[in-house]
Amino acid sequence: MATLKLTGVRKAYGAVEVLHGIDLDIRSGEFVVFVGPSGCGKSTLLRVIAGLEDITGGTLEIDGEVVNAMSPKRRGIAMVFQSYALYPHMSVYDNMAFGLTLEKAGKAEIDRRVREAARLLQIEPYLDRLPKQLSGGQRQRVAIGRAITRDPRVFLFDEPLSNLDAALRVQTRIEIARLHEGMEGTTMIYVTHDQVEAMTLADRIVVLNKGHVEQVGSPMELYARPDNLFVAQFIGSPAMNVLPATIEATGETTRVKPQGGALVSVPVSTPTAAIRQAVHLGVRPEDLTLAPAGGDGLFRGVVTLVEKLGEVTLVYLDTGGEKPLTAKLAGDVPLERGTTIALSARPEALHLFGSDGRAIRQRMRLAA
Amino acid sequence: MPAVLRQTGFWALVAFIVLFSVFPFYYAILTSLKSGTALFRVDYLPTSVSFANYAGVLSNGVFPLNVLNSVIVASVVVAISLFLAVTAAYALSRVNFAGRSLLLLTILAVSMFPQIAVLAGLFEIVRAAGAYNSLLSLIFAYMIFTLPFTVWVLTTFMRDLPVEIEEAAIVDGASPFTIVTRVFLPLMWPALVTTGLLAFIAAWNEFLFALTFVSNNDTRTVPVAIALLSGASEQEVPWGTIMAASVIVTVPLIALVLIFQRKIISGLTAGGVKG
Repeated sequence: MATLKLTGVRKAYGAVEVLHGIDLDIRSGEFVVFVGPSGCGKSTLLRVIAGLEDITGGTLEIDGEVVNAMSPKRRGIAMVFQSYALYPHMSVYDNMAFGLTLEKAGKAEIDRRVREAARLLQIEPYLDRLPKQLSGGQRQRVAIGRAITRDPRVFLFDEPLSNLDAALRVQTRIEIARLHEGMEGTTMIYVTHDQVEAMTLADRIVVLNKGHVEQVGSPMELYARPDNLFVAQFIGSPAMNVLPATIEATGETTRVKPQGGALVSVPVSTPTAAIRQAVHLGVRPEDLTLAPAGGDGLFRGVVTLVEKLGEVTLVYLDTGGEKPLTAKLAGDVPLERGTTIALSARPEALHLFGSDGRAIRQRMRLAA
Repeated sequence: MPAVLRQTGFWALVAFIVLFSVFPFYYAILTSLKSGTALFRVDYLPTSVSFANYAGVLSNGVFPLNVLNSVIVASVVVAISLFLAVTAAYALSRVNFAGRSLLLLTILAVSMFPQIAVLAGLFEIVRAAGAYNSLLSLIFAYMIFTLPFTVWVLTTFMRDLPVEIEEAAIVDGASPFTIVTRVFLPLMWPALVTTGLLAFIAAWNEFLFALTFVSNNDTRTVPVAIALLSGASEQEVPWGTIMAASVIVTVPLIALVLIFQRKIISGLTAGGVKG
């Protein structure tokens, strides 16, 4: 229903700039998730879009119209806050009707829209209650309902699940996903620091770091082809192993020697000049497998810690490098601390990053 | 110290404090019910009950008018103070502007001056404004001590209201005035009742300004009227009538406090701990 276009959006508080020129295109009906560590500016960016913060520089367009100076209401946005932010003295019904009342909508119209939203969110039985008589999950549903009744062009969510307990979080996450499917054409922007929420909900993820956009892409794109070390280590849990390495041979495939590991071929082409250059070799814990007994594998080391989670076993391996190597092995793997094991990985699962942290692209994946 | 002794000591102290604060009022009631020479006998229990003093004070032409004046002045002071304080509190707690804390300190500083220090200057202002001898002068003067604390208490209280609620209202399309009247005010009742009541009591009891700015018997407020009650002759102080009048003007305050008691308690703590 609405497209958003951010061009060089900057936000500064006095001399401190927190957003350094954000460029972003959001398509109509898209579910976009802003993710990043705390202090990366994701919430500020959302508040800038909402109109709760002034834009210091750049332009924000909704449906092709510059809305920099427009009030939140005229932008046609609705927002769901982390702390629910319900009006404590109003019943659930009045909370949801408040925006419409201010718009001077007709009584019948208000009633129809409130009840419709209540039915959608299954909060009809609570319409007469006060917020304090509801549980956290119910309150968050009311907050979402309040946003729905206003029939916004753009839906904004500011960490809506972080105040809920684990079980409720999963359930509400699924409900939000269903809601997005049910509200065809409504653009949704969602801020979270939880990468599981980002991966499961997003059509596209925007990874932010220190006020910059690090990468924009679908969840699988970010997972499989991170643009840089930051995205590589931010997406995926446990984080990708990154080891300092040296290029030993260049050409169609590059041979690198990681610290504490064996010489390995990565299917990436590098120019001859790159020889002896320091790079970073990345490999995800889940891409590592136990090498057959007696085999050499890619990495050899002593097991320092084993964590069994049931469906996976996390193994920490001391390879003589700075940080232990993490491996995520499927199932319950009978390993003991102190044993020496070897781990290997498919060449396609290896990521190479230049000394500046930018990815050196793998041709095979590019073709795919 | 054994527990029994500590308990006894504690309750003895409580009893002393209660006696200390309630006894004067009790003795006023006692005296107001006496008549004639019984007034000058010291009794701690009522001996005979006579409402003659009450009848006397109420039938004294101007006293009921004085009570009405007090009610008008105190009510108007409370209404204007609360309105100004709520709107000021919104700006002082939620709008970022240069010199905000300086302004807050200045407001507080106003209450620093003793009444007697500002009396002469105020008198000039009141006379220049042509408000001498009218209730308007008192309403104006009482704002000087009601506004600093109403503004401060309400600013503190409003600052503690969650910002998200205001932002939700902004997103819902509410103007600042709508936010104050329809979102903040309903949440602030305890604070409003508490500060309003304190302002009412302060205005109700004020003596010095009331004595200075009004010289007309018809426009006096109660505290001055009581002080100026005179007996049949120069030498007679009409204690019975004075006590009856005092009881009459104290009862409304006690009634107000009792009515709003629960709100006051939640209001006094609400600023400190978010409920």
